[in-house]
Amino acid sequence: MGAALNWSGLLSQLLEITLAVLGAPLLTGWVNQCRAWLQNKSAPPLLLPYRTLHKLFNKESVVATHASPLFRATPYVVFGCMALACAVVPSLSTDLPLASAADAIALVGLFAVARVFIALGAFDIGTAFGTLGARREMLVGFLAEPALLMVLFTSFLISGSTSLATIVENLAGRELAIYPALAFAGVAFTMVSLAENARVPVDNPATHLELTMIHEAMILEYSGRHLALIEWAASLKLFAYSCIGLALFFPWGVARAGAPLDLFLALPVLIVKLALGGALLALIETASAKMRIFRVPEFLAGAFLLAVIGMLVHLLLGA
Amino acid sequence: MNIAPLLPIDWILAIVVLWLLLGAAGVVRPHGFFFVARVLFPASAVVSVLLAVVALVACFDGAQVAVLPLGLPQLPFHLRLDALSAFFLFLLGAASAGVSAFGAGYFRRGEGTPPGLLCLQYHVFLVGMAMVLLADDAYAFMVMWEVMALSSFFLVTANHRVAEIRRAGYLYLLLAHIGALAILLCFGVLQANTGDYTFANLRTQQLSTFWSSTAFLLALGGFGAKAGLLPLHVWLPEAHPAAPSPVSALLSGVMLKTAIYGLLRVTFDLLHVQLWWWGVLALAIGLATALYGVIFSAVQTDMKRLLAYSSIENIGLVLVGIGLAVLFNAYALPALAALALTAALYHCLNHAFFKCLLFLGTGAVLHATSERNLGRLGGLLRRMPWVGWAALVGVLASSGLPPLNGFVSEWLLLQSFLFTLGLPSTFVNMLVPVVAGGVALVAALAGYTMVKFYGVIFLGQPREERLARAHDAGAWERVGLSWLACGCVLLGLLPAQVIVLIDNVTHALVGAGLAATVRANGWLLLAPVSLERASYSPLIFLFVVAASLLLVYAMVRRLYHGRLRRAAPWDCGFPRLTPRMQDTAEGFGQPIRQVFEPFFRMHRELPSASDAMPRYRVVVEDHFWFWIYTPIARLVENVARLIGLLQRGRIATYLLYSFATLLLMLLWVRR
Repeated sequence: MGAALNWSGLLSQLLEITLAVLGAPLLTGWVNQCRAWLQNKSAPPLLLPYRTLHKLFNKESVVATHASPLFRATPYVVFGCMALACAVVPSLSTDLPLASAADAIALVGLFAVARVFIALGAFDIGTAFGTLGARREMLVGFLAEPALLMVLFTSFLISGSTSLATIVENLAGRELAIYPALAFAGVAFTMVSLAENARVPVDNPATHLELTMIHEAMILEYSGRHLALIEWAASLKLFAYSCIGLALFFPWGVARAGAPLDLFLALPVLIVKLALGGALLALIETASAKMRIFRVPEFLAGAFLLAVIGMLVHLLLGA
Repeated sequence: MNIAPLLPIDWILAIVVLWLLLGAAGVVRPHGFFFVARVLFPASAVVSVLLAVVALVACFDGAQVAVLPLGLPQLPFHLRLDALSAFFLFLLGAASAGVSAFGAGYFRRGEGTPPGLLCLQYHVFLVGMAMVLLADDAYAFMVMWEVMALSSFFLVTANHRVAEIRRAGYLYLLLAHIGALAILLCFGVLQANTGDYTFANLRTQQLSTFWSSTAFLLALGGFGAKAGLLPLHVWLPEAHPAAPSPVSALLSGVMLKTAIYGLLRVTFDLLHVQLWWWGVLALAIGLATALYGVIFSAVQTDMKRLLAYSSIENIGLVLVGIGLAVLFNAYALPALAALALTAALYHCLNHAFFKCLLFLGTGAVLHATSERNLGRLGGLLRRMPWVGWAALVGVLASSGLPPLNGFVSEWLLLQSFLFTLGLPSTFVNMLVPVVAGGVALVAALAGYTMVKFYGVIFLGQPREERLARAHDAGAWERVGLSWLACGCVLLGLLPAQVIVLIDNVTHALVGAGLAATVRANGWLLLAPVSLERASYSPLIFLFVVAASLLLVYAMVRRLYHGRLRRAAPWDCGFPRLTPRMQDTAEGFGQPIRQVFEPFFRMHRELPSASDAMPRYRVVVEDHFWFWIYTPIARLVENVARLIGLLQRGRIATYLLYSFATLLLMLLWVRR
């Protein structure tokens, strides 16, 4: 631990967490903008998510009379979990002091904590929509989590470590080639992240029809600052997932330990990668339609199988 | 006068005697409710804490033996306290301390067995478990195993006036004895015709591969019946709900672990060799058990049945760890075997804490509402805050969420799956990561189940009006709940210290341990193999989440405001919200029933469109019951009926039988 606590490590850690917390809504805004363009609508301003957050923070919170403290604590817990998630994913640099606190398996656990809390918060008021959303969210969660772990297992087996920073250093250091195992894992990861971030085709973040909601149904009772925190945490989650995907499958350009000046290069590279990733997400969302809830298990089982195939391919071919 | 300080084994024997005295004191005044509840049970909790402390010390000592002048003339009880026994004794002491403290406030007047008798049974049960862990010869082991089984049978049937409970008790007794027979045969195989049943002798026997495998399979079946492995799990979901809650907690949290102890003792200590296919078999059965348990757990509507199935799941996960350890050991990879074994043992300890906590929580709910059906509960967090918040800790731990204890053992287990690349067999190399995927699915499903459990009982609005009168747990019950909840938190936050405790056990069983690596990386970080390979630090984890949580809280208050208004729930503008509109336990289980349909045997009664009084009913049953148990029961009944033909109930017929037998024997002798 002592060796890890150096100034450049602290600097990159601080820079990364600040970038994530402040920049995550921008990514959401960018995806929304791209989607509007692709759907031939007039696009909302890029900074709209910030204005929404500001507006919500200014409003008072209305809480149901019989809500328990758990309901009010949930937005803060979810936000805290997502902040830590963004801190341990190597988006700018692999020299992160906090990365040793949580490896990739702990990161999956971290997302699970957020999910369980938000589902419990939805249960707390006892409305039909809230509990319905909680049930569906947990359904998606228990299907997506093993698939995500299998994707990560493939990268663990390739790099011989479960620490994301080490994985990135390992993968970035390899020569540029197509690894079939990673190709399978990449497709599986894309499917899982669509489900986990409540995007089309699993969920629709822009829906106004309660009966089809998953994530939105759980947060119907939240308002004011609580809602703002949950929205912000959702942006952070999208940011974290994007960065995990970039770290696993496009790890080039991330600054290594001992080269703090690389950070200046890593920032623009990350922005370009995220912009491309966001545009790709908007494209996927535009090109596909939301599926019925009981098609989701098939979708995620497909992701799981792809990840398993990826792993077996790695074991068979050693590539 | 011997002034040498007492050895830990002497202390433990003294504790056993104390427990027996406490139990006997209960019989002196069988109806002295106040005496039993307020004096004996708290005293027993103190004794349990003492046991935990002594066992903790003994974990770091060498093995000690003792011979008791009990038993048959030529066959005294041999006892031995080594690291493995000490670890499980620690588990017994630490978990039973919370349960006994809770029991002080739990047992009520006028429920089935008189309190004094219950106190005796309870303490005999504790003594039985402690002595099973100490036994060092097959004879003592079997006697104590039976003491444990019988006393727990009486405890399960404490409320014996209910026919359903008697039936559950019978099923339990039956499977316990089938298991005991297998264990007895296992010891018979292990002694290899030497006639010496001490474990010291069994250890020295060099059995052939065939007999070793036979012994292992018998042990797996025998201890598996006690632990609830597939397909011998059917007694668990019947017996656990039938028993009073503290007893369910002990059954699930501690007694199942004695079966794990027995399996470890036979596999790693008494048998001199482990074969790779034992490991694969254990992996397969463990994964099947875990998956079966969690899927059934998710569709239950009785809160204690739900927890019982969840115990089956956890035992499955422990067996997966043991299977992996056997596999690694068979391939002579002691470091990896130690990692897998550490995960299994750690999970035993974790499960003891969080499952006892949850069972005690359901006990408090049961007392406050006299309701076990999830469909009639709800909103209890506001009426029973102590129980509610303690149960939240248990639920989060049981879901395997960081930074609580359930996560640490699951993390270690998943870590041990990721090192299989070095195995010499390609088949196993392929198989093991796929099993890891199954374990991940089980862990995720456990979260689903626990959200259902907690959400339906403690959150939302009360589904019945009388729930408004539910009272919180009493002072003693709070002590028990807090003890176990603190245990869950501490075991989660200080994994490096717990691993040091387990280290001696793995050294004794597989000849390697994690403590050296863990110590090298400091107390803050848990890095079982190396820092580059994998690391996890629950304290930093908790600190960062808590810090960012508080920072955001402060920032929001400072930059904006903290105004809050209470109003009726919005519910998308729907004004007439009633508690009936909440999701029910059946509703929450519906996705599971749909996704995992082949696992269940379901009967649905759906209303038609024109029903004036629509009724919806779904009954979910276990396939194994109809595949295995009903055919066997029918077979036994048929055979019994055939034999029954001989019994005519007339003296003349029986005389005829005697005469015919005599004639036959004479003929035979003459020949």
